[in-house]
Amino acid sequence: MKRETELTLNRPIAALNFLLTLAVTFLGLLAITFLIGRVVPIDPVLAVVGDRASTETYEAVRLQMGLDDPLIVQFARYVWQVMQGDLGMSVSTGRAVSEDLGRVFPATLEMATLGIIIGVAIGVPMGVFAAARQGKWVDQVIRVIGLAGYAIPAFWLGLVGLVIFYANLRWVGGPGRIDLFLDGMVPPRSGLLLIDSAIDGNWEAFRSALSHIILPATILGFFALAYIARMTRSFMLEQLSQEFITTARVKGVPERLILWRHAFRPIWMQLITVIGLSYAGLLEGSVMIETVFSWPGIGNYLTTALLNADMNAVLGATLVIGAVFVGINKGSDALYRLLDPRARA
Amino acid sequence: MITRDWLLSDDPETRMQARLGQGYRLARALLRNPLAVVGLAIILLLLLVAMFAPWLAPYSPIQGELANRLQPPSATHWMGTDELGRDILSRIIFGARITLMIVLLVAIIAAPLGLLIGTVAGYFGGWVDRILMGLTDIFLSLPRLIMALAFVAALGPGIENAVIAIAITAWPVYARIARAEVLTFRKSEFLDAVRMQGASSARIITLHVMPLCMSSTIVRVTLDMAGIILTAAGLGFLGLGAQPPLPEWGAMISRGRSFILDQWWVATMPGFAIVVVSLGFCLFGDGLRDVLDPKQRARG
Repeated sequence: MKRETELTLNRPIAALNFLLTLAVTFLGLLAITFLIGRVVPIDPVLAVVGDRASTETYEAVRLQMGLDDPLIVQFARYVWQVMQGDLGMSVSTGRAVSEDLGRVFPATLEMATLGIIIGVAIGVPMGVFAAARQGKWVDQVIRVIGLAGYAIPAFWLGLVGLVIFYANLRWVGGPGRIDLFLDGMVPPRSGLLLIDSAIDGNWEAFRSALSHIILPATILGFFALAYIARMTRSFMLEQLSQEFITTARVKGVPERLILWRHAFRPIWMQLITVIGLSYAGLLEGSVMIETVFSWPGIGNYLTTALLNADMNAVLGATLVIGAVFVGINKGSDALYRLLDPRARA
Repeated sequence: MITRDWLLSDDPETRMQARLGQGYRLARALLRNPLAVVGLAIILLLLLVAMFAPWLAPYSPIQGELANRLQPPSATHWMGTDELGRDILSRIIFGARITLMIVLLVAIIAAPLGLLIGTVAGYFGGWVDRILMGLTDIFLSLPRLIMALAFVAALGPGIENAVIAIAITAWPVYARIARAEVLTFRKSEFLDAVRMQGASSARIITLHVMPLCMSSTIVRVTLDMAGIILTAAGLGFLGLGAQPPLPEWGAMISRGRSFILDQWWVATMPGFAIVVVSLGFCLFGDGLRDVLDPKQRARG
């Protein structure tokens, strides 16, 4: 009975605690982008008035922009603006940064999502089998893949992949999201080309989009796979050493059922956190991959803005990627706590 | 006279004998792990190549012969030449210096910073702990690469700024580890004893708390080296790290990108160097963890 009351008491407190942590983390992220924006050696006033303006004009604009307010007031104003969705104007595209980001984000989402699907579809079974045959070849393969995931630069693997599968074998499409002559032929609905072209029934565009996305998504998926397989393996090993597994074996339950029904079922909730973590990691990893594959997503937008010293765009993209990253991580953690009774204790 | 028995003695007569004995045991345990030995060999090779680069490199890393541009690998140029006719092997050899410098500088900046924050938080507890760890957790939950990119954007491209940016994103892990370690012994009697002798908090933290957190921090730093190398190479690849004509491996891959379809070796060769060196740190770090920190082994 005591446990029961504790649980009902703990729920709202835990939820409040979770929201508070999330808010503080977002505020920290905002503080970092704000401070970075402040230390940049580009004078924001000069950018507005030009270098021929008189001292009076300069001062007037400086006051108007609120740059003589205390730092904390400026920060509050910044937070307020961001909460309204105002990330400033991009110098290089001439549009609002928020509008730009809304346009490029689906491309990144599509690639990272396909990547995580590949990573889970291959990584989880691989980890389960590795645990079932500990020390056998699947186990060794996972070890090697895990090491490779730590040691190989993603951008380099992307380039090597392009040379092998695009230039030599001609198995996949080259850089970009779709063949040039099909560009703009698919009416944008969700912004995800695979889905949009399928809805439209334009299978030629679908095939082209698939041939372009498959290589970068597989490379991203490879890095997720390494982590997912390793974690699945260690969770499974923990389960397989439990007594209920021995009991099941003694009762003569087939090994396949023991693996998937008895051992795997209690760990899928733990895997949510792992998958969430890798998904967030893929969003981050896509920055490099997008640059290599000229993929018009948020990573490419960020690196282009970096090279153009387009600070509003850089900070806006950093903020969005950071917020999504934090959101997915904390969200999957909360989901796990909600679903798994063991985590509540 | 140093003998095996003297080193492994159960009751060492001096502090030095105990230390040497401990080091000997550690080295023996490490050498029994073949993968760790491979890792160690790669790291030693990196050190030697960096040290003797001018003698090892067959050509200049900066000066090239334009007549020899984009030559495929051959007997005269083992890894071919780049778009300015520079020998790629020589550039990779000199690049070892840059990689080693980046890794060492990041470790020297980030590890002590994290160690200090973690030990102070763990030792004092209470509000100090809450504030410092709150800060650490914020940094820890942000994407490292993106943050490094944003910092470099603010500081301006260049190898020094890349080092600073990577270090800023690297310290929170060490702070967390050091704090966890401190919590296991902060109530120990030996600390009470030092306190009663009148030692200041600063003295206790630096001389009595920090040394006990060293081994787990060292393990973590070694394991992080591969990630640091990859991040630095990534910054170089994006043109935000080392600037031309410095032979930094990531920047070399970036230059070779334009010729990747016809002259594959220009971008591919430096990548192999990155993979080998990162792998070396991974393997050695794994081995070191098994020896110094057996608790974490089961989780790996």
